Amino acid sequence: MKNRVFSAKAASAPYVVWSVLFVIAPLVFVAYYAFTGSDGGFTLVNISKFFSAYFDTFIRSLWYGVLSTIICLIIAYPFAYWLAHSGASVQRTCVMLVMLPMWMNFLIRTYAWMNILQDTGIINAALSKLGFDTVHMINTGGAVIFGMVYNFLPYMILPLYSIMTKIDPSMLDAASDLGCSKLQSIIKVVLPQSVPGIVSGITMVFVPSVSTFYISQKLGGGSFDLIGDVIERQFTLSYNYNLGAALSLVLMVLILVSMFFMRRFSDADSDGEVLM
Amino acid sequence: MEKNVIIDLRNVSKSFDGETILDNINLSIRDGEFVTLLGPSGCGKTTTLRLIGGFLQPDSGDIVFQGKVINDVPPYKRQVNTIFQRYALFSHLNVYENVAFGLRVRKCPEKEIKKTVDEMLEMVNLKGFGKRRTESLSGGQQQRVAIARALAVKPKVLLLDEPLGALDLKLRKDMQTELKKIQQELGITFIYVTHDQEEALSMSDTIVVMDSGKIQQMGRSEDIYNEPKNAFVADFIGESNILDGMMRSDFYVDFSGKRFKCVDKGFAPNEAVDVVVRPEDVDFVPVEEGMLTGEVTLVTFKGVHYETIVDIGGFKWMVQTTDYHPVGSKVGLKIEPDEIHIMPKSEYSGLYGDYSSFSEEFDELSEPEEDEEDE
Ligand SMILES: Nc1ncnc2c1ncn2[C@@H]1O[C@H](COP(=O)(O)OP(=O)(O)O)[C@@H](O)[C@H]1O
Ligand SMILES: [Mg+2]
Repeated sequence: MKNRVFSAKAASAPYVVWSVLFVIAPLVFVAYYAFTGSDGGFTLVNISKFFSAYFDTFIRSLWYGVLSTIICLIIAYPFAYWLAHSGASVQRTCVMLVMLPMWMNFLIRTYAWMNILQDTGIINAALSKLGFDTVHMINTGGAVIFGMVYNFLPYMILPLYSIMTKIDPSMLDAASDLGCSKLQSIIKVVLPQSVPGIVSGITMVFVPSVSTFYISQKLGGGSFDLIGDVIERQFTLSYNYNLGAALSLVLMVLILVSMFFMRRFSDADSDGEVLM
Repeated sequence: MEKNVIIDLRNVSKSFDGETILDNINLSIRDGEFVTLLGPSGCGKTTTLRLIGGFLQPDSGDIVFQGKVINDVPPYKRQVNTIFQRYALFSHLNVYENVAFGLRVRKCPEKEIKKTVDEMLEMVNLKGFGKRRTESLSGGQQQRVAIARALAVKPKVLLLDEPLGALDLKLRKDMQTELKKIQQELGITFIYVTHDQEEALSMSDTIVVMDSGKIQQMGRSEDIYNEPKNAFVADFIGESNILDGMMRSDFYVDFSGKRFKCVDKGFAPNEAVDVVVRPEDVDFVPVEEGMLTGEVTLVTFKGVHYETIVDIGGFKWMVQTTDYHPVGSKVGLKIEPDEIHIMPKSEYSGLYGDYSSFSEEFDELSEPEEDEEDE
C-alpha cells in the first residue's frame, strides 16, 4: 500500500516539477512585480493605476471581448447544431475545415487579413474593378472585432459541437413526443443540455479576446488601445515591469471572478432550479 | 372498418438502406385494448412503434388514427405518447419538471400542472420524489418517471418499447402487474413491445406475433397458444414438439410412423402438415399402453414438473409431467386427440420443434442474455 502511494508520487513528479516551473513560478513573479515599485519596495500604486489611468481602456477591452464572444456564440451555435446532426462524412470534413486555420500561425493569419482588408487590399481592389466605391475597413473597431471573431471562432464551435453530439437523440424524440415543435425542443432541451459547452466556449473566446494585443495593433492600426496593448507596451517599450505585472494581475483576477460567477450560474441552471 | 378502431396500419411497408424491415403490415387496434407486438429482436417492432409515434414515415401504406390518415402528421401533433426503450428522461430537469414537461409545453396553468404531476407521481408510487434528480433514481424508478411523464399529457394511445427490458425479474413481474392495472384504470390503448413471450401472454388482450417484418399471427393469448398458425409461432410462444405429418383424411393424421385421431379437418387428403404437441399435453404411460414408445435421454427438475427429453425414433420430444422417469428408462407416450394441433406447412417448417440439440447447459447459458431469443 505504502509502496503504491510512493510510486504514484514518483510518477507524478515530472508534472509537479513542470507545473512549478512553468505555472506557479511565473505567477509568483507576476504577483511579486505587481506589488513592488521600481525600487523593489512594497507599493499599491501600480495596482491602483489599473482603476485610475487605464480603467477606460479596460472597459473598452471588456466591451470588445463581450461583443466578439456574443458574435462567436451566435455564429457557432446554429452551426454546431447543424453539424452535430449531419452525416458522419460531413462532420469529419467540417471539423477538419474548422481546425485547419488553427494549424497556421496566428500572426501570419492576422497579417493576411491586414492585406485583405487594406484600402488597397484585395476586397477594395475587387470592389473598384467592379465599379463600386471602396470601403474603409482596416484600422477600425469593426476590423478588430472581425479579427477576434475570425481567430477565436473555432474555440467556440468545437466545445459546442462536442457537447451536442453527446446529447441523447432519444431525448429530442421524447420532447417532440410530448408536444415540442423543432424550435421548442431546441429551446427546452438542446439549450439547457448544452450549457457546459456554452460555458467552455465563452471562456475560450472571451479570455483571449479581452487580453489580446496583436489583433488590435495590426487590424486596429493603433488607433485605439486595448488593455492588452497597454500591458504589452510596459514590457516592450517602457520597460515598466511592475506596472505591466500589476495590470496583468488585476485583469487575471477580474477574468477569474467573472468565470467563477458564470459557472455558478450555469450549475444552478442545470439543476433545474432556474427554469429556462 | 369497425367503429371503435383507434389505430389502423394499412399495407404499411418500410425499408432502410434498401432492406425491407416491415413488409405490408396490416394491423387494426381497438380503443382501450392492450396490444402486444411480440417477436425476436430485429423483427421490426420498434420500427412499427416509431411509425405510429410519427418518428418515421412509411414508404408505402397508411397510418390511420381515428379514421384519419396521419402519415405526415409530426409526433408533437399526435395524441400518442411513447415510453422509449431507454426512458429518455431529461437529465437537466428534476423528476417533477420531467413529468410537468408536456404540460408546460401546452401552457397549462401552474395550479393544474401541480395537480396533474402530483396525481401522476402518486399513481406510479413516486410521491415525494419530485425534487430528485433523475440520475439519482434506480432503473425501475426512472421507468416510472417515464410512464408518469407520458401519461401526464393524457394520450389516447401509449406506446411502450420494451419498457421492462432493463429491469430484474422480480421488479419486472411487479411492473407488469402495475402497468396492466394502470391501463385498466385509465382505459386507454396500450401498444406494448416485447420479445418476452411470458410477458406478452400474461398482459395482453391481443398479441401480434412478428418475425422478419411480417405479422405471423394475431389474436388473443389463448388462441395464439392453442392454435399457432405456423412452426415459428408454435415455437416462439411456449415450448412445442413440431413433427412432420400427413393428413390422411379429416380427423386422422400420420406422424412418427403411427396414425392418430385428431380434431382438425379441412386439409386435402394426404396433405403434408406440421403437427404440434405441447410438452405439457403428453402423458407417460406404461410402454405396452403407449401410442409411441421411446427412451428417456435427459431429465430436469423444474419445481412444478419434470422436463423429460424422450428419443422416439431419432426425434427428441419434450415432455412436462409430474412423473419421474430416470434417464435410460423405456416409456410410453399417450396423446389425446384434442391435444394434437395441425398446421399447414410454411417457410418455417423443419426449423423448429425438435429438442435434439437441447441440453440444460445450453438453456442456462442463454437464459440471462435477453436478446438471444431469436435463436
Ligand atoms: N434508422 C435505421 N436505419 C437503418 N436500419 C435500421 C434503422 N432502424 C432500424 N433498422 C433496422 O431495422 C431492423 C428492425 O429494427 P427494429 O424495428 O428496431 O427491431 P426490434 O425493435 O424488433 O428489435 C433491424 O435490423 C435494424 O438494424
Ligand atoms: Mg426494439
